[in-house]
Amino acid sequence: MITFIPRDKVSKNWIIIAPILSIVFTIFFGLLIFAFLGYNPLETLYQIFVSPFSRIDRISDILVKACPLIIIGTGLMLCFKSNVWNIGAEGQFIMGALLAGFIALSFPNIETKFFLLITILAGFVGGALWAFIPAILKTKLNVNEILVSLMLVYVAMLFIDFIVRGPLRDPMSFGFPLSKPYPEGALINKIPFPGIGFLGQLHYGILFVFLLVPFSWIFVNKTLGGFKINVLGSAPQAAKFAGFKQNSITITVLLLSGGLAGVAGVIEVSANIGQLQPEVSFGYGFTAIIVAFLGRLSPIGIFFAGIIIATVKLGADNAQMTMGIPKVVTGLFEGILLFFLLTGETLQKYKIKWSEGKK
Amino acid sequence: MEALILTIIATSIPLLLAATGELIAEKSGILNLGVEGMMLSGAVGALGAVLWLENPYYGIIAGALSGVLMASIFSVFTINFMTNQVATGLGLTIFATGLTGLAGAPLVGKTIPSLPKIEIFLLSDIPLIGSILFKQDFVAYLSIAIIIFISFFLKYSKSGIILRAVGDDHQSAHSVGYPVKKIRWYATCFGGMCAGIGGAYIPLVLTPHWSEGMTAGRGWIALALVVFASWIPWRIIVGALIFGGITIAQLVGQARGWPIPSQLLSMMPYIATIIALTMISGRLSKNNSVVPSSLGKPFFGGQ
Repeated sequence: MITFIPRDKVSKNWIIIAPILSIVFTIFFGLLIFAFLGYNPLETLYQIFVSPFSRIDRISDILVKACPLIIIGTGLMLCFKSNVWNIGAEGQFIMGALLAGFIALSFPNIETKFFLLITILAGFVGGALWAFIPAILKTKLNVNEILVSLMLVYVAMLFIDFIVRGPLRDPMSFGFPLSKPYPEGALINKIPFPGIGFLGQLHYGILFVFLLVPFSWIFVNKTLGGFKINVLGSAPQAAKFAGFKQNSITITVLLLSGGLAGVAGVIEVSANIGQLQPEVSFGYGFTAIIVAFLGRLSPIGIFFAGIIIATVKLGADNAQMTMGIPKVVTGLFEGILLFFLLTGETLQKYKIKWSEGKK
Repeated sequence: MEALILTIIATSIPLLLAATGELIAEKSGILNLGVEGMMLSGAVGALGAVLWLENPYYGIIAGALSGVLMASIFSVFTINFMTNQVATGLGLTIFATGLTGLAGAPLVGKTIPSLPKIEIFLLSDIPLIGSILFKQDFVAYLSIAIIIFISFFLKYSKSGIILRAVGDDHQSAHSVGYPVKKIRWYATCFGGMCAGIGGAYIPLVLTPHWSEGMTAGRGWIALALVVFASWIPWRIIVGALIFGGITIAQLVGQARGWPIPSQLLSMMPYIATIIALTMISGRLSKNNSVVPSSLGKPFFGGQ
């Protein structure tokens, strides 16, 4: 029988080993399930984990796919660190994209790219407002933020569907549920590389990620705000004695994570879609939860986690095209990965001891 | 009218079962956010079993087993490996969404026979009440039986009192000598069984074919129902019927062409959940005794 014995201090080795071991175990169990369900495990392995790296434009598409995941994941990191369980990023993403889209479509002739600053700000506000609902209910009335934020995902999905089929529908769309195309000023362009041209779909939105990652690292590690969040999450009692206002931290992290999810929504729509449609997110808000955990709730970790998960997502797209495996299968890997990562967290704090005999 | 009431009852049964199971798990101190995933597994398990064995009753068994399997995965990690329950529950739902999508792919487009109604001799002849209460399917009777059993179990049986003790203070329960982990395993698996049957009910009675994510948030509403019921079993019936009623009301509204956009009508169950949670939570925070005190906290002892 296995027993756990507390370690004197958190094991440094395990912090590095745990995510790597988790990935290895996940691949192993994932393939086992594939084999059990009658798919060729080796071909699945190739399609999901190797094929996304097979061409340079595919590699840049990994970055494109990772972009919303890293942005949302960074926001969720702040929540999860302070024990606030925002699982409604998907809805905040949609509402951010929607508010920004509304602003963009209100200025149909605008050309200057400075306008993007306004739409991105609008996206932040839209997402933050959507997250404000669970924030205020949690702090004022002690309503569970998990359920409220999740219910609001369904509401947001139905709301954008209504808007795109109703008020914002392009009369010239031949009955398709699409808004008018965004004006030039609200579009994020692809990055031209001299001599090569475009690399897949790689767009300027990725610059936001390269700003956000160092910025959030400084915020978490070097500012009082970041310190408060860390203390609140790891030692709530200490935070109480230190006089940190739990409610204002809860509201702040929810607003920040909602806002970042909203920004991710704006970047996704402005760079890859160019108009509003009923489906803008494809589950980024839920996947980012896994990204935040895989990244061990640290900004740099989340950057790499975003890349890894984006690879699996693209690989699953390939597997769907070549092998007919449904795309939702990424959830299978994400779920198993999360289980093992969380187990790794236990092993950081506890030693395993095998003892024989009595149970 | 009669048909309307019957539809409302049918809609509320998956919620009722899943919420009852979760209530038992939570009473033992385990917060399992994987209800949606366990329901999905129950649904796909039931569909597969009925297509294979061509008897809807095997669907109930398969649904229950699928739910228990998912709950066991959750238990291994949260109870034995002491992982964070919130994150593990989320992981279970994500995992099950992927797994059922994969397992359900070959089932797409196939339809299964629905669960037969059982008429109870003589009682079913009573006007109105007879056909509503005594002309139901097996799962409907089962779910009421489970609620009645659970109410007595928690209140009057020794095991029920031990279960509550484990959920209220696992450290003390452990020092008195109760096997905290074992009891939580049983409670979680019971929750999985109920959620699995609830999920199975969806293809067996409501929509007889597979579509990805066909539970459509019912698992999450079931979680909210437990809070709404303040952890008191019979109140789940009331809550489930209210939500069933709201779901059907918006469908009726869409069918009759109410001058409200269909999407806004479809939001009603989710918004109602938020409103219900808000109303109840305000009262709960004043009266904290109904919430199991060890809910969601891992138990490290018991070496």
